[in-house]
Amino acid sequence: MCLGVPGKVVAIDGNCATVDFWGVRRQVLLDVVDEPVAVGDYVLNHVGYAIRRIPESEIGETLALFEELLAQGDAADLMAGDVRGEIAGTGAAPDGDS
Amino acid sequence: MATPDPLAAFRELKFRDPVRARGLVDTVHRLVREIGRDRVSLMHVCGSHEQAIAKYGLRAGLPPALKVIMGPGCPVCVTDAREVDEGVALARQGVHIATYGDMVRVPGTWMSLADAQVDGAKIHVIYSAGQAVELAERLQEPVVFFATGFETTAVATAAIILKGLPPNLSILSAHKYIPPAMDVVAATPGIAVEGFLAAGHAATITGWGVFEPFVGRHRLPVVVAGFEPLDILAGLVRLLELVRDGTPHVANMYPRCVTKSGNLRAQEALWEVFEPAGGRWRGIADVPGGNLALRDRFASVDARKRLTIDVSSLPRRAAPILAESCICGSIMAGIRSPTDCPLFGGACTPDHPVGACMVSTEGTCRIWHQYGGYPDLGGIG
Amino acid sequence: MSGGIDERIGLKHGAGGRAMRALIEQVCVAGLGGGAASSGIGLAAMDDGAAIPLGNRWLVVTTDSHVVKPIFFPGGDIGRLAVAGTVNDLAVMGATEAAVLTCAAIIEEGFPRADLERVYASLRRACEEAGAAIVTGDTKVMGRGEIDGIVLNTAGVGFCDRPVPDAGLAPGDVLIVTGTVGDHGMAIMAARHALSLEGDLRSDVAPVNGLVRAALAAGGAGIVAMKDPTRGGLSSALHEMAGKSRVAIVIDEAAIPVRPEVRAAADLLGIDPLVMACEGKVAIGVRPEAAEGVLAAIRAHPLGRDAARVGRCIDAHAGAVILDTGFGRRILAEPEGEPLPRIC
Repeated sequence: MCLGVPGKVVAIDGNCATVDFWGVRRQVLLDVVDEPVAVGDYVLNHVGYAIRRIPESEIGETLALFEELLAQGDAADLMAGDVRGEIAGTGAAPDGDS
Repeated sequence: MATPDPLAAFRELKFRDPVRARGLVDTVHRLVREIGRDRVSLMHVCGSHEQAIAKYGLRAGLPPALKVIMGPGCPVCVTDAREVDEGVALARQGVHIATYGDMVRVPGTWMSLADAQVDGAKIHVIYSAGQAVELAERLQEPVVFFATGFETTAVATAAIILKGLPPNLSILSAHKYIPPAMDVVAATPGIAVEGFLAAGHAATITGWGVFEPFVGRHRLPVVVAGFEPLDILAGLVRLLELVRDGTPHVANMYPRCVTKSGNLRAQEALWEVFEPAGGRWRGIADVPGGNLALRDRFASVDARKRLTIDVSSLPRRAAPILAESCICGSIMAGIRSPTDCPLFGGACTPDHPVGACMVSTEGTCRIWHQYGGYPDLGGIG
Repeated sequence: MSGGIDERIGLKHGAGGRAMRALIEQVCVAGLGGGAASSGIGLAAMDDGAAIPLGNRWLVVTTDSHVVKPIFFPGGDIGRLAVAGTVNDLAVMGATEAAVLTCAAIIEEGFPRADLERVYASLRRACEEAGAAIVTGDTKVMGRGEIDGIVLNTAGVGFCDRPVPDAGLAPGDVLIVTGTVGDHGMAIMAARHALSLEGDLRSDVAPVNGLVRAALAAGGAGIVAMKDPTRGGLSSALHEMAGKSRVAIVIDEAAIPVRPEVRAAADLLGIDPLVMACEGKVAIGVRPEAAEGVLAAIRAHPLGRDAARVGRCIDAHAGAVILDTGFGRRILAEPEGEPLPRIC
């Protein structure tokens, strides 16, 4: 059974969307998705049906959510501080180090 | 290097980012220290969560005092042996059986669909509900879709039924509904679980609001979490915060997919076709409202009503001797772990499964066996 | 230990994983008398082929049957697979020079002649690429329904000065993979109608004897183990190497080369690219001091551009393959068998 996997809608024909999963494409049915879907939208696919239209704004908000959790570390928590520094320093492309 | 595709970049860099993961793991350690007890037990109820935890080796980095336990989150594992017998009986009666791959090797009372296949039964593994329809249209012979999975997957079954099935296709529903099982587990005496991680994709359908009554009843926090490594770690952090503060409420750490009310359209389809029914969950005995049964008005596509399923015709093969030692039930309830089982890895392996937990890709024992269980790999290399 | 073989042979016994090895050990090798060769690498070693001393050289022999479905798939076909598979088995034993092959075909009544001609044209092209020749064969036809389409069996014979087993690893040795993994397995899965995946998923099937020759030229005796990761993928190959060598292999998951299309398909299907078949790749165990030189030689070859160091051997947990995921560590379990049959 397949996990719910997100992909990007590249074409729509009636209630059938062609969704790109960054390398492969698959038909996904739109019968039970929660909001109207347009080409360019992101959807979560589960066993051949889109079960959620993922709003692009939520993507940035999720990252902010993670940042908030990290920021709640104690000022005295040097490890967390190091990590925050690392994230700030590496910017958009964090690399595994050492 | 700007990329025009935020979600792809986000997935690759952010959700699977080892640097942020380390930060979140450190936060987990800090919170467990703040809680200050020798043992903090949290439970999740989703095979996909267990797979992700095991696949990314997340437990290797968590503090020893923190136990993240898998509860009854494998819908195939909790499918009762008698339900499997129904599928096997139909297969032996010559009906084509379409099912998701996991169900094929689950032992019924005497045999599995795979055993029936060796004898010549026609078993088809499908990857989407629509394929059951395509198969029936192509074969023009009686086909039964042995439909397994939790509510998330039941939505797809409902969708194909509402669209109209070809006349030769029937549905044998083994779908399960997870919230009632959480109630059963939370009410089990001796359970030391202090908080639940709820399955993000089931909650995408039902909304996180369904957990509020649960929290009210049991005074235990519930956090809805996604499935990328950072999602799971963030979910654990939030849950530990709620445990530390003693504030039982529901928190949503998967807002990109989960809202309070959920996917109303999917819910409509689901409850139009299915109703919660009492049922036996393998190993956990009765879960009131834990099964999803086809409503009466869909009797014409319900395999149990439309076809004669002759379970009595199944050959009584070698008595399941080892089954007595099988502790799948306790494992699925989260009371014991696979390594507690005398059969684990010896008499019971994915190749020769005794219990359902070892068969399904979402079963605790199978996942542990596949991903090496709980060995402390921190000191290696 | 887990129980013995079931009463009836199931599909899992052909899938390249643990069930198949148990079958081979308990029925095939044991049935043939245990296979203890007087010298060389024989049946009991269950290696990619056999190596028999002949004068001051070694004779290397291997055989394969090919049942892949569909017979024509993106990137190749059963003919190409047959030649590449056998040439590669010889190559990873150390026999990289011109090989001599046999090819037997069992054909179903009703099989289109045009398809047969296509298969044989492909066999020819693959031989030319490999510098090999099919010198003898056999042809049988079975009734409609008695066999599915076509089955090919190839045997290959080659020579080498030093056979390279898959069992020669020692702690400290480095593991190199010559390119992206899972391509063939994914291509076959995608080609099956049931999955309805569109994308550039194509098999990597290719004879790699030239590539191996380059690696051996650079590494010499520093190359201590080689295996081609076919059914069961890189995971199976690493397990066999670790098990036979009695070491553990620690793998850096992020270092394993995987094409984005294969990664995407794998995510969608919930399958690990590490257990999907490769038909144009080699897993090579190298002494640490020789690793850089071997890697450079492989990367210089057109079929080895994506080669990478992926792991190293340690002296603990013998037989285990441990994956460093970037988030933690876990054991990479031996695959039970591939998710779909008829991959090769």
